[in-house]
Amino acid sequence: MLEAIDLVKSYGTRRAVEKVSLSVGRGQMLGLLGPNGAGKSTTIGMISGLIVPDGGSVLVSGQRLDSGSLAFKRHIGLVPQDIALFDDLTAQANLELFGALYGIKGAPLLKRVHEVLELVGLADRARDKPVTFSGGMKRRLNIAAALIHDPDVLLLDEPTAGVDPQSRNAIFENLEELKRRGKALVYTTHYMEEAERLADAIVIIDHGQVVARGTPNELYRLLPATGLLEIELEGPFDAAPLGAIAGVMQVERNGQHLRVGLDDLTLGTPLVMNALVAQNARVARINSGRANLENVFLALTGHALRD
Amino acid sequence: MNGFSALVKKDLVLYFSNRRSVIVSIVAPILIAAFFGYVFGSGASGPSRIAVGVTDLDQSALSQSIIKDMQGDATFAISELDPTSAAAQIKSGKIAVALTLPKDFGSSAKRALFGSSDKPNIVLQYDPSQQLALQVVRGLLAQYVMQDVSKALFTSANDVLPDARERIAKNTAMPAERREKLLAMFDSIGVVQNDTQREPDSAGANNAPSRFQLSLPYSTDEKAASANPDTQYNSFAHSFAGMSVQFILFMGIDLGIALLTMRRLDLWKRLRAAPLSKATLLTSRIASCALIALFIFCAIYAVAMLVFGVRIEGSVLGFCAVVVSFCLLTSSFGLLIAAIGKSPEATRGIAIVVTLLLVMLGGAWVPSFVFPKWLQQISLIAPTRWAIDGLDGMTWRGLDLGHAVAPVGVMLGFTLVFGLLAIRQFSWEE
Repeated sequence: MLEAIDLVKSYGTRRAVEKVSLSVGRGQMLGLLGPNGAGKSTTIGMISGLIVPDGGSVLVSGQRLDSGSLAFKRHIGLVPQDIALFDDLTAQANLELFGALYGIKGAPLLKRVHEVLELVGLADRARDKPVTFSGGMKRRLNIAAALIHDPDVLLLDEPTAGVDPQSRNAIFENLEELKRRGKALVYTTHYMEEAERLADAIVIIDHGQVVARGTPNELYRLLPATGLLEIELEGPFDAAPLGAIAGVMQVERNGQHLRVGLDDLTLGTPLVMNALVAQNARVARINSGRANLENVFLALTGHALRD
Repeated sequence: MNGFSALVKKDLVLYFSNRRSVIVSIVAPILIAAFFGYVFGSGASGPSRIAVGVTDLDQSALSQSIIKDMQGDATFAISELDPTSAAAQIKSGKIAVALTLPKDFGSSAKRALFGSSDKPNIVLQYDPSQQLALQVVRGLLAQYVMQDVSKALFTSANDVLPDARERIAKNTAMPAERREKLLAMFDSIGVVQNDTQREPDSAGANNAPSRFQLSLPYSTDEKAASANPDTQYNSFAHSFAGMSVQFILFMGIDLGIALLTMRRLDLWKRLRAAPLSKATLLTSRIASCALIALFIFCAIYAVAMLVFGVRIEGSVLGFCAVVVSFCLLTSSFGLLIAAIGKSPEATRGIAIVVTLLLVMLGGAWVPSFVFPKWLQQISLIAPTRWAIDGLDGMTWRGLDLGHAVAPVGVMLGFTLVFGLLAIRQFSWEE
């Protein structure tokens, strides 16, 4: 459905995006994951035609289109990072305006306005102004405005920024519904939980470059360990013997804090705990879990996703 | 509805949805124009009088006659004061000028008229902030003193003429023939004096035609050179032109700032993501701004015509052309602000200063004809000067369509330049 190939963009001497490629099919969502300033919004800007790339190309349904061409823009729906609505127009008037910009008019426009308001759960607030909406409702209307012309591809630039968990879930349900309807979605975020929950495939980007790509499971396999055990101990102990235990992939000690990577959390945890008990070490606190995309990003780039 | 008309409609709806702003943009110029028009105008109450304090140390018939004449002049509000009060009132700004007629002013002034070196000295104290009032008092005082001194000389017996005659008679240095002629003149004046004293003063007016006195050797016939002789100058016509121009430019700034704000809030991204050309995005903005400017113009001038009697004495078509040209000029000005502005906050302050300078140079506050000559020439570079001159020309000056061509041409030229600069400077990528 959508394919971006070797996109390049520089601002002066600073290379903002360096040969970024991505693709997403019908009914799929691609998560574009990276910290602030990684180049996600610039990549979205080039795909949507707002920014002219220095190199590379964008294809929709296999057809190469000049970014910025008017025909190209009809295939794309953009949800900007900030709320891009007119506060003094009602929800319906906002959608009618944005629909008119895409050449929809008359009865089809009104029908379409009703459809998208239904989709995002705001049909009963059609005549209210966004200024009276909660943050989550504004975000949903922001998405509705990008859907008014029924685009094939929806680009969402951090669409849940500043939204409470309940509203975030409502937005996720909207996006899953869009996937079911066959839309191709590109979703930028620096929240790994969102990417893990929603994305069929993830592209991790840092300093303008793609550092990894794949499904969440494929990305976890890049880590030396998929299970993680964090233990805080009291009294003297020796961490060295733990490295010899089968299934232990890595051991890091930081004072009384121990971090153990395991290839299987279920099998490895008792073995590690037994080894510590054998040393008469006293456990003050223990925490275990599966590795997440944060760990993947840390392992690949050497710094945290939210630095 | 296509994209262009949708964008224009959006701008109009957004503008009119802010009712407070709409009311302010119409009411404020009307109130200020009414104030300026009243202050600078030819209102029914006429201009305010110049407050003058007079101290008469002479208390002679001549000094009292001069004071009486000045009290009868509508230019002055005369009050007789002692020297201390006069000085105090000057300092406190209650009177503009204080004049003191010295002791023996009456007799000294009459002698001085015939060349006596002992001229009486009238002291004029004045408020330094009212130099113009001093000039007026000086001029009219000279007129009244000359009239009253000559009247006193020629209409009543006094020893001034005999003294002067005696001095001439004793002046052997003067050629005899000239001396004889001057002595004959004094004798003739003496005869006139005697005749005048014998005439009954039934009219009670010293200004009766039979009585001789020196007076101003001319009279004036003052006519306002307006297009329609039956129509009086309406000072509100200029003040409404000036304030309309000022506040419509302010509206242009607001629309430019709104565009800057829209870009900051990602709304601009959403508009640009739509299948609209850059030309559509910008020209729709120009169109909506021009329509709003036209609406404000119509509202302000409706009040000016209905309440303040402003009339289009010249070409109606020319007036419409000037108004439309200025509306387009305002649009391109707003667009230029949006193009070169970095942030709404910083741009607003600079734009307001520039606008106030343009408005001041244009003659919106005080008419440009009171500017010094060099400033009048410089102000021609301001498009506001052409707008206000054009509106003045089509309203109270009553000029024909031909006189609208230059203002319209200049304003459309500025519109083109501002528009091209805006498009050139406009940053399309965020």
